[in-house]
Amino acid sequence: MCDLYKLCLGEKVKPLVCVCFSQIHFVLLVSRQGKVRLTKWYSPYTQKERSKVIRELSGVILNRGPKLCNFVEWRGYKVVYKRYASLYFCMCIDAEDNELEVLEIIHHYVEILDRYFGSVCELDLIFNFHKAYYILDELLIAGELQESSKKTVARIISAQDQMVEAAKEEAGSISYIIAQAT
Amino acid sequence: MEQLKTIGRELAMGSQGGFGQSKEFLDLVKSIGESRSKAEEDRIVLSEIDILKRKLLEPDVPKRKMKEYMIRLVYIEMLGHDASFGYIHAVKMTHDDNLLLKRTGYLAVTLFLDEDHDLIILIVNTIQKDLRSDNYLVVCAALNAVCRLINEETIPAVLPQVVDLLNHGKEAVRKKAIMALHRFHRKSPSSVSHLVSNFRRKLCDSDPGVMGATLCPLFDLISEDVASYKDLVSSFVGILKQVTERKLPKSYDYHQMPAPFIQIKLLKIMALLSSGDKSASEMMYMVLGDLFRKCDSSTNIGNAILYECIRCISCIIPSPKLLEDAAEAISKFLKSDSHNLKYMGIDGLGRLIKISSDIAEQHQLAVIDCLEDPDDTLKRKTFELLYKMTKSSNVEVIVDRMIDYMISINDNHYKTEIASRCVELAEQFAPSNQWFIQIMNKVFEHAGDLVNIKVAHNLMRLIAEGFGEDDDDADNKLRLSAVESYLQIISEPKLPSLFLQVISWVLGEYGTADGKYSASYISGKLCDVADAYSSDETVKGYAVSALMKIYAFEIASGRKVDVLPECQSLIEELLASHSTDLQQRAYELQALLALDARAVESILPLDASCEDIEVDKDLSFLNGYIQQAIESGAQPYVSERERSGGMFETTDYHSQDHHEVTSHALRFEAYELPKPSVPSQPSAALVPVPEPSYYSEPHQPISTSSSVSERESSEIKLRLDGVKQKWGRPSYQSSTSASSSTPPQAANGTSTHSDGGGVASSSSSKPRSSYESKKPEIDPEKQRLAASLFGGSSSSSRSDRKSSSGGHKPAKGTANKPLATVPKESPIPVPDLLDFDEPTGTSDVAATDPFKELEGLMESSRQDGGGSTDVMGLYSTDASAPVKTTTSVDSLLSELSDSSRGTYHQSQTTKGPNSKEALEKDALVRQMGVNPTSQNPTLFKDLLG
Repeated sequence: MCDLYKLCLGEKVKPLVCVCFSQIHFVLLVSRQGKVRLTKWYSPYTQKERSKVIRELSGVILNRGPKLCNFVEWRGYKVVYKRYASLYFCMCIDAEDNELEVLEIIHHYVEILDRYFGSVCELDLIFNFHKAYYILDELLIAGELQESSKKTVARIISAQDQMVEAAKEEAGSISYIIAQAT
Repeated sequence: MEQLKTIGRELAMGSQGGFGQSKEFLDLVKSIGESRSKAEEDRIVLSEIDILKRKLLEPDVPKRKMKEYMIRLVYIEMLGHDASFGYIHAVKMTHDDNLLLKRTGYLAVTLFLDEDHDLIILIVNTIQKDLRSDNYLVVCAALNAVCRLINEETIPAVLPQVVDLLNHGKEAVRKKAIMALHRFHRKSPSSVSHLVSNFRRKLCDSDPGVMGATLCPLFDLISEDVASYKDLVSSFVGILKQVTERKLPKSYDYHQMPAPFIQIKLLKIMALLSSGDKSASEMMYMVLGDLFRKCDSSTNIGNAILYECIRCISCIIPSPKLLEDAAEAISKFLKSDSHNLKYMGIDGLGRLIKISSDIAEQHQLAVIDCLEDPDDTLKRKTFELLYKMTKSSNVEVIVDRMIDYMISINDNHYKTEIASRCVELAEQFAPSNQWFIQIMNKVFEHAGDLVNIKVAHNLMRLIAEGFGEDDDDADNKLRLSAVESYLQIISEPKLPSLFLQVISWVLGEYGTADGKYSASYISGKLCDVADAYSSDETVKGYAVSALMKIYAFEIASGRKVDVLPECQSLIEELLASHSTDLQQRAYELQALLALDARAVESILPLDASCEDIEVDKDLSFLNGYIQQAIESGAQPYVSERERSGGMFETTDYHSQDHHEVTSHALRFEAYELPKPSVPSQPSAALVPVPEPSYYSEPHQPISTSSSVSERESSEIKLRLDGVKQKWGRPSYQSSTSASSSTPPQAANGTSTHSDGGGVASSSSSKPRSSYESKKPEIDPEKQRLAASLFGGSSSSSRSDRKSSSGGHKPAKGTANKPLATVPKESPIPVPDLLDFDEPTGTSDVAATDPFKELEGLMESSRQDGGGSTDVMGLYSTDASAPVKTTTSVDSLLSELSDSSRGTYHQSQTTKGPNSKEALEKDALVRQMGVNPTSQNPTLFKDLLG
């Protein structure tokens, strides 16, 4: 079993820049073992601060019981999280934001992932994290929800995939991949 | 098994879209997935970094390979390791013509870089090119990068193209262009100020997605300037109505709700627009009412909309019907089993309580359940609610609870917050000074280093100034009780530095004043402190000064001083200290010991920390000396300004002030904005956008004027600083500055107490009985708590106070308003009120001589007490009432400690503690001033209600 990273509170993390506007400050996907699956930062953090935030938050969130609130107050911000199977989806928002809405944004994202991968599981995200990034980029921009229609997101992602298909003819065959994987 | 599954997945992926990753990459991901500890993961990543570093340096890496390396870099970076060695390759990849690579490159740079990174400048050109691409997917990828990477300096370089894209054929591009402009607006409002009309126009875009995205920038714009968007209220109401009537395409439905995210955004905007605006609010009644009826409260998203409606109603001027709807929604939330909904319910309650204060009463047991819930999040939210509904009748219970919780948590951030809330509530509603000091002790003891230093200064000032009334006896009792409590605490290990400073100061000032403790006992304790915290110079400084005062008082009263051997060794140690401050203090102490009683008395008179010290700022006593020097041929002094004055021709005061600042080495104003940067020039020609208007920012005048006023205010502060005495008596500085900024406050203890006492006794029986009849199985403990928390809510509630203090706030400068309103309502003779008001009227007076006013205040209250027999009568009836209430409160609250019970009687003649924020307190003082003559709590209610 991988050890859960301990909470450490000594140093201070730089406060986030944007205070007056509501926005999502970062998106974090962490497995139940505390492994990072995806991170997207909409507010500036240094690499060091990022690791610290991840360590601190996974310590808080992974240890929470199942029936508690899906929200955690953290350094004056709120982190909304939801667990899907073994994966925790977390979003950090301002204290004055609508938590239930953000919870649904997470679910919205998961539904789109699900539609794209076809009953998505953690492994899909592990090996195709860049795909998850592309989808997230169609959903959120600069920490704001830019598109709330699943269909629209699906359409643009599949257009991108077709473009990718067209762009590379070489070495796309299944046999090649099987050879690579085994 | 796990591996088989993995391979199966990989095969599936292959057939699905063909993301052909190489074996090495899959192996990397797998081995990281299987690593058993963070250390193992780190080892794997480090070796991967080595491999990538080598491979990236190889000549002629095939493009396909390069793309994969990039994704591996992203992966490493995601795991928290430094991949900066590969950033430049990511930048290079964005230049590639191959779409696949370009897209990967953009993904990598948006994840690697932020807007201040040095490499940004290398990407701007590529972005410019890609924004003009024929392929809309390339444009989208570039716009994604724009939203993440373009900073204030580079906005002009891409702005024209982004504006062009607002009319692009593809809605995905229009949407992203809107978001990019929104981003620019946040980064630098002036750069897009001339483009704001575009947002309004895009609200009518044919695509609902674009319309939805436009709401984001509009929300920002409206929150900055509500007035100029009032005309949009009807459009927003119209849009919301259409959305709720399912006029949008089916694809925007989410869990059977029509476009809920757009609904929520619209509600947020409308709350901004209609806040405090009756007519705008009225336009929304219909649609809000519809929402309450239509929202499906069984789904999460439905509840999200309901919650947003509640928030909206708490901002606008609601109709009674809407308030009812909101209250009903809240009670549904609170009764739910879901913690999330309970949380939202508590939050909604906190919002609505501002509008109708009795709404909490029906939910008191639910609130108490939440307070005792093991879920920390819910608990904190409930504390926030309690904080909002604190009043003098329940302050003791609430603050006790808060402190218990504060002690139990480790989260420093929240600890600071809850400590400052405790202090604020205690300052505002303290029933007695003893209670206040006890609370302060607890806060300092458990969160000492997290408390603002002002709080410590306030506490010292309170102890020094006493009650501001003509009651030396009570003052002395207060000091003695403070000294006693500190002598108990002082021997505990590891006290916070700030608390030790307060303790040392109080022991120095008042440790021997009462005669109960001998000088050698107190000085021994002080030496122990200095020894135990020998690394903390501030504490040591306070301790030495306290020693000096104790010895001075001894000498002045004619007693012989025996310096304890440990004190002697402490002094000797400090005489050789590396800290000049400590050394100075030690020398002063040594010198003082050698003086006679008369000299000592004039240096450190007894209990004189509040006396004013006159300082001749012009140093006029030196005039003769200067005259002499000039006569004997010395150069007259030329001020700094005059020395550099050759450059400036100044007459008016403000500009002089300004030049004083500029003549110093540092410039605090921003430089003027740069002229349009070079790359924008060619592209600007393509777009009919007036270049110069980028820089005509409307915000500038505001910011400069505010900085001028800041400079002025800071200058005033500087003058005050000149007065302070640097050495010897640390108390002086704090008490001067604090009391000059805070108008003294009198007689609120009386009012809060009589008010709170009466209410508590009546309320403790009433609500309890009603609940007993309803739910007999409820834990009596909880009922008691509920009664003590909610009992007095019918009297003056905190929100009432807030709103009325808000009303007084703007009047601070002029002091006309309070004069006009208060006498009308209050039975207190007008001249007394005038006395109260004077100190706040002109801040200059307060700044120059704070203590004069204090004396005036004391006099006025003396007149008050002696002059009218009514007031005396009130006191005598009061004296019996509190005894009753204390016993009843006692039975309710076993937590209340003995000492506070003992002090309860006294509180009627005490004034509440002074607090930090002058304005709010000022308003409070006036409210309190109203109270003592009104025995009848309903009068108070009428005044505020």
